[in-house]
Amino acid sequence: MSEQIRRLAAARWRVAASLTAAMMVLYFGFILLIAYDKALLTRVVVPGLSVGILLGALVIVAAWVLMLIYVRWANRHHDDAVTAIREGR
Amino acid sequence: MNTEPNVVAIAGFFIFIALSLGITYWAAKRTRSAEHFYTAGRSISGFQNGLALAGDYMSAASFLGIAGLVALSGFDGLIYSIGFLVGWPVVLFLIAEPLRNLGKYTFTDVVAYRLRQRPVRIASAIGSLAVVAFYLIAQMVGAGNLIRLLFGLSYEVAVVIVGLVMLAYVLFGGMIATTWVQIVKAVLLMTGAAALALMVLAQFSFNPLRLFATAAESYGNGVLGPGRLVSDPLDAISLGIALMFGTAGLPHILMRFYTVPDAKTARVSVNWATGFIGAFYLLTFVLGFGAMVLVGQDAIRAIDAGGNMAAPLLAEAVGGQMFLGFITAVAFATILAVVAGLTLAGAAALSHDLWVNVVRGGKTNPTEELRVARVATIVLALFSILLGLAFKGQNVAYMVGLAFAIAASANFPALVLSVFWRKFTTRAAAASMVAGTVSSLVLIYFSPTIQVNLLGNASAPFPLSNPGLISMPLGFLVAFVVALASPEPEAERRYGEVAHRALIGEPPATTQA
Repeated sequence: MSEQIRRLAAARWRVAASLTAAMMVLYFGFILLIAYDKALLTRVVVPGLSVGILLGALVIVAAWVLMLIYVRWANRHHDDAVTAIREGR
Repeated sequence: MNTEPNVVAIAGFFIFIALSLGITYWAAKRTRSAEHFYTAGRSISGFQNGLALAGDYMSAASFLGIAGLVALSGFDGLIYSIGFLVGWPVVLFLIAEPLRNLGKYTFTDVVAYRLRQRPVRIASAIGSLAVVAFYLIAQMVGAGNLIRLLFGLSYEVAVVIVGLVMLAYVLFGGMIATTWVQIVKAVLLMTGAAALALMVLAQFSFNPLRLFATAAESYGNGVLGPGRLVSDPLDAISLGIALMFGTAGLPHILMRFYTVPDAKTARVSVNWATGFIGAFYLLTFVLGFGAMVLVGQDAIRAIDAGGNMAAPLLAEAVGGQMFLGFITAVAFATILAVVAGLTLAGAAALSHDLWVNVVRGGKTNPTEELRVARVATIVLALFSILLGLAFKGQNVAYMVGLAFAIAASANFPALVLSVFWRKFTTRAAAASMVAGTVSSLVLIYFSPTIQVNLLGNASAPFPLSNPGLISMPLGFLVAFVVALASPEPEAERRYGEVAHRALIGEPPATTQA
């Protein structure tokens, strides 16, 4: 395995692992609130909107944002590096 | 609504059957090899594959099950929706691109890439078949109930019909047919759910909060927060683990990454899929509350105790018989298409992994493989009809949660470690997949659902209704312990090739493989 591949693999692993960890923290944070603080999630912010529904919707939005970050990274950095290796640069 | 046959629903059903058989016939003329049967000739675009992924994923459990859960318990349904969604970022970050770059037909190709084929393929086929079986049972039970309720047929006849139609799809068309069926179905399902949600919101001046507030006025603020569904904290976490990591281990979802030409298209398709699925789950949330307010919890419970008929009942309430017919046809199409995709993944595990590599010792013969795949499809169809009959009365969303738990425990650890861990070995892969499969199956058997609800015992030896909290960490633990206890120098040596190919998509020039 060349040094170039090793570096690229390490970079991709860092991005993939940190984004996965971020998703896990957000999602399991939400799950732990459901498990241990039902009262907080049931509190109503405005009529019809509870803290739970608000946070739930935010977890979905956060998933999309994390994916957007990944795609931007992949399109801007990763793909170029892959092309460079493929063309033997 | 009663149990009399509904003419409009039946008409819609047959229109879809005719349409999909047409597509299947068209595709059948193009299916000439095993390559085509499994991968649609790698000619699917990212957007198309995103739709097909969403179609595969949005099963009866999502549409009927989650709308029903929300209608009967409010916020609790959102826990399932979010869990099903957050699996997709994990697929994108860790799995999709390496999988496309390393694989041929199934995710087992990836796990077995630098390991000894035979043990890995046997273990992986066992895990895949367990996942497919639980997922199939859930779909067959859902389909049986839906047809029984809306068409006035008996549950048994309904299950047999669904099984035979699904068999025809897969047998004549293979992956390209199911890909197109999934695309057609995903579009229909999104359109139907969006139209239904708009009709509901029109009565609340297009403000979802006004809908939720009306629900809270009738049923109390409790419906806006966590309720009875996850009364035990550990149960909530266990379900969360199964849902989040199960997606990345579902064989029929992972198969979709071989129908696209390259890794970048695989990436694009996950993004489209997640967009569709997220939007769909938000719609389901509106539909659930809509059914709670406009149909009423008592009326929903009176038709089906599990709440599975909430969305169809809502369609009838806001759109009349014609719209009910459309939504019903879409729900059928959903189940049929998901069942077809699952059967195909199961057939691939049986023919490509078990037959070719175990019976034939790794020597492939494409014509024979295709014939075995077709026989395997027939066997699986009969098997799922029988299981569908045996598991009559089971809760659909719960069953799917179990399939996710097996996938997260049996397939996910081995798949991730084979791509990212240099020291992973053949023994570790096989042991991890078997441990994940067996532990989740055993824990499911000893769970309260089987022991208390099904067998009528006073208590269950295992307290959690979903095994994910124990069985997934066990899958990883077994893999680490076995790999470190008996290293495999050959597998470690070939890791460089895996790392190269997972990133670049082609093997390194210097490797003589």
